[in-house]
Amino acid sequence: MTFAALAFYLFAISVIVGGLFTVLARNPVHSVLWLILAFLSAAGLFVLLGAEFVAMLLVIVYVGAVAVLFLFVVMMLDVDFAELKAEMARYMPLALLIGLVLLMQLGMAFGVWEASATAEAARVAVTPEGVDNTRALGLLIYDDYFLVFQLAGLVLLVAMIGAIVLTLRHRTNVKRQDVLQQMWRDPAKALELKDVKPGQGL
Amino acid sequence: MLQADLNVILPEIVLALYAMLALVVVAYSGKDKLSGPLTWVTVAVLVLVALMIWGRGDAVDAFGGSFRADAFSTFSKVAILLSAAAVLAMGQEYMLRRQILRFEYPILVVLAVVGMMVMVSAADLIVLYMGLELQSLALYVVASLRRDSAKSTEAGLKYFVLGALSSGLLLYGASLTYGFAGTTLFSGVIAAVGEGHAPLGLLIGLVLMISGLAFKVSAVPFHMWTPDVYEGAPTPITAFFATAPKIAAMAMLARLLHAGFGGVVGDWQQVLALLSLLSMFLGSIAAIGQTNIKRLMAYSSITHMGFALMGLASGTQLGVQGMLIYMAIYVTMNIGVFAFILSMERDGQPVTDITSLNVFASTYPGRALALLLLLFSLAGVPPMIGFFGKLYVLTAAYEGGLVWLALSGVIASVIGAFYYLRIVYFMYFGKEEAAPLEAGRSPVLATTLAVTAAIMVLGVVNLFGIDTAAATAAAAIVN
Repeated sequence: MTFAALAFYLFAISVIVGGLFTVLARNPVHSVLWLILAFLSAAGLFVLLGAEFVAMLLVIVYVGAVAVLFLFVVMMLDVDFAELKAEMARYMPLALLIGLVLLMQLGMAFGVWEASATAEAARVAVTPEGVDNTRALGLLIYDDYFLVFQLAGLVLLVAMIGAIVLTLRHRTNVKRQDVLQQMWRDPAKALELKDVKPGQGL
Repeated sequence: MLQADLNVILPEIVLALYAMLALVVVAYSGKDKLSGPLTWVTVAVLVLVALMIWGRGDAVDAFGGSFRADAFSTFSKVAILLSAAAVLAMGQEYMLRRQILRFEYPILVVLAVVGMMVMVSAADLIVLYMGLELQSLALYVVASLRRDSAKSTEAGLKYFVLGALSSGLLLYGASLTYGFAGTTLFSGVIAAVGEGHAPLGLLIGLVLMISGLAFKVSAVPFHMWTPDVYEGAPTPITAFFATAPKIAAMAMLARLLHAGFGGVVGDWQQVLALLSLLSMFLGSIAAIGQTNIKRLMAYSSITHMGFALMGLASGTQLGVQGMLIYMAIYVTMNIGVFAFILSMERDGQPVTDITSLNVFASTYPGRALALLLLLFSLAGVPPMIGFFGKLYVLTAAYEGGLVWLALSGVIASVIGAFYYLRIVYFMYFGKEEAAPLEAGRSPVLATTLAVTAAIMVLGVVNLFGIDTAAATAAAAIVN
């Protein structure tokens, strides 16, 4: 067994174990930690595939930002997971049935899977010869997929507007800092100098 | 090359830039105080962009074939832009009076419209998905615009969760299609699929994609969100949901099926026929028990989507033409009915109860007559324009070999006529109400109601020429 194969099995097993315990862990904080393990192992799999840029993204964006955000939400929101699980148990038989049907259909689909004869030729090589994959991704995103990239930007803009529309409230009786007002404040109006005579006070 | 590509998406660029500019200008000046004028400016911009697109009929590909502007996209985009403009203009006064007209509302509508325009022009699975998400995300937000009302937030959340599920189905189907064809371009997919029958794996991908899109057009069995969202969202926004997004989703489905899977019509025909049959019957039967007119319109829209799907199910050029005509007529009727619903009030409060329409005709004979014409048209009673919409799709289904579906459509429309006629009965022969319904004084709503009612009758002459426009549009995607 080569080193690459060994590494593949190691990472693949830890992705599956991480995913399994994300669902099974009783403590939600542990769930998030298992999820981070799954992400890190998936990043390892991407490195094995030669997609180091995607691997780095996975670590930086998913582990660094998304998973930490999850952790905050889980710790800050007081969610009663036991109650949620009890609720879930009621619908479990139906969910299992639907899952089983879907699984069988997928099994049927992959059992007789055949790609079209032209598929292999139509598939574009992601990284052309002699170009490292960060550069290749840049060429694709800003050139071939320019339209999609800009549309993704618009989607994010809508998400931002939406978050503000739905959550921002202007409270009326809150004091806010007004920098200009502070800078233009006239000392002559704000201060009053008094000459205090010794022994007499004001 | 980029210059030519950008020229093709110029209308979308204009709208997106307008939205960003308006956002910055208004956020740094009057904020919500400017939302009234901003709505009118937005209406003007939408109409201008519609005029700009009107002149562009030639088929052009852009961005390596992933975006296509042709007669089909022109027809759908003009319908989308005009209906969005009409709904914005209608809702302006209603929302202003109830203090829910935030300045972000017209901007979000414009961004949703950009998404819809991308949807109807998409000739690539990735572009299709991005357009769909842009549209849906903006719609989720406007659904819960009245954030202090539990019903409105519930509507937004329900729409969001089920919409995310449908996106998941669509993406899974798209990935299976990519796995089969090796490309996401419709032109590549149709070449890879070939003629005859699709293999099982691809078939599952196709069915998953149709299911995802059926969510968006609220076809049975993916309709569960529709009544709750229609009821919970503020009425002008319900009017928006019932019009432009439906055209966009239908047009997108038509282009995907014909430009991507035109070789295997037999495989998707039966799926669409089933969706159509279920939607027509469930929509007609479930609407009978409704007392809230917004919920009633939700079931009515499910029924009408069933009829539009019947056109698509025929799998022919005539079917696509019928679907386009049906959607254009459906949207006009809905704009008229919602103009009426928006003006229903009692002591300044909006009313949505159907029984409040009792003896409405004795106090407002003109409005009652207009609503009567619109409802007769929705029911498909012969002299009105709605009948011709139904006639086109029924003919298409008949000629496409789906005689049983056409017959069921006739039966469903007879069942459906009951609940439309019940409203007419209440208006003319109902019991005397203690506190009669008032009809507001908004000139915009009264004009819209009068104009759409007139269209219902005058359209009989030549359908305002939309049948020839729809024929050219259909010819652009069916080959």
